[in-house]
Amino acid sequence: MIRVLIPHHLRTLANSGKEVELEVAVPVTQAAVLDALEAKYPVLRGTIRDRTTHKRRALIRFFACGQDLSHEAPDAPLPAEVATGKEPLMIVGAMAGG
Amino acid sequence: MSSVRVLVGTRKGAFILTSNEERKQWEVSGPHFAGWEIYHLKGSPANPNRLYAAQSTGWFGQLIQRSDDGGQTWEPVGNEFVYDGVPGTHQWYDGTQHPWEFKRVWLLEPAPDDPDTVYAGVEDAALFRTNDGGKSWHELPALRATKGELWAPGAGGMCLHTILIDPNDKERIFVAISAAGAFRTEDGGQTWRPATNGLKANWELPDPDAEVGHCVHSIAMHPARPNVLFMQKHWDVMRSDDAGDNWYEISGNLPSDFGFPIVVHSHEPDTIYVVPIKSDSEHYPPDGKLRVYRSRSGGNEWEALTEGLPQSDCYVNVLRSAMAVDTLDSCGVYFGTTGGQVYASADSGDTWAPIVRDLPAVLSVEVQTLP
Repeated sequence: MIRVLIPHHLRTLANSGKEVELEVAVPVTQAAVLDALEAKYPVLRGTIRDRTTHKRRALIRFFACGQDLSHEAPDAPLPAEVATGKEPLMIVGAMAGG
Repeated sequence: MSSVRVLVGTRKGAFILTSNEERKQWEVSGPHFAGWEIYHLKGSPANPNRLYAAQSTGWFGQLIQRSDDGGQTWEPVGNEFVYDGVPGTHQWYDGTQHPWEFKRVWLLEPAPDDPDTVYAGVEDAALFRTNDGGKSWHELPALRATKGELWAPGAGGMCLHTILIDPNDKERIFVAISAAGAFRTEDGGQTWRPATNGLKANWELPDPDAEVGHCVHSIAMHPARPNVLFMQKHWDVMRSDDAGDNWYEISGNLPSDFGFPIVVHSHEPDTIYVVPIKSDSEHYPPDGKLRVYRSRSGGNEWEALTEGLPQSDCYVNVLRSAMAVDTLDSCGVYFGTTGGQVYASADSGDTWAPIVRDLPAVLSVEVQTLP
């Protein structure tokens, strides 16, 4: 089971807790996790990445295991700790705007 | 007994204010969608409990929310706004061409006769429509084909912020865009033409015959007289008596003809309201005095309405969608400020009082008069 931490505003939209669990087939990639997240919570489509191009929204960041994964390729495998559920993938709204 | 429901969009959520026809005691509900920018909320004339809200942030993008119980509960509906075909380009600040990019919904205008049909004005400027209650949205692309390559963003972005549907002919629609101008369709959006003849912008737009490029801030119409339009432009208050074919200036004795909103009294088609703002460089009332100006002659002769409004040290702004009227016998007039106050007058503007005063910056105000 993959663990994903989602930010406050998206929790409100999805009516979910801070951490959600997802079934994701291997290889566990950023794109695969987001596909599973959007399938479970359709209201989140378009809020994290573009609905059509799947490009990450400019002020969204992805972190896991102390690393900024925001600029990794969407199809690159996520760290093994995320793939095994030991560590969560964190979806974060970037600091911006003061 | 009738009641009124005031729908307030702010920088950090939506608020719904309700009162009876006396409009003295107000209940405040909210924040709804706390922390999100709510550019606009509006109810369906065909079903007043059907409300739509445009919810967005720079982080998470655009959502559309719908309520079927007057705003007590909401559900997100469709948020896919895709330009028709190849989006093309428009003029950028430096004069080069720039691709159209969807940023947010500025305005939602439900159709007068069908709660499931809603028009959406968006940035970068385009007109979208839903016929299924907001589940899916499609563009009316002929608008952007009307010299869209010459449209340019204003300081607030290139936004379609005004949609007026002729109550006698729902195929006739007026829209306004900053900074492209005003446009009219007679066939439900299949074809459009600029409706800007007579608008002047000598410094920003030297060509006196330019059909597009005008920075229209808002347009108002009285439903009993849809051929007469009133416009608050970047500078100049204007009037058209022929459905936008020709415009003439009615700024008259206003202390400044810069401003954002303009509205028409609900029972007197020649009574109009504006809120003069000092200039395009200083977005606050002249002399620190918050004054609504009313003309009862369709323009040119204006009187300051000040009773109950701050007359010193007031430096708020009133944005283009943040003024509205109710339809009670004694017409109510409402506006919200960037300082978070919503002021109301239950006597056509003679006297004012804040009905809530410490909200986030107000982006939009709409009023529903309920039986």
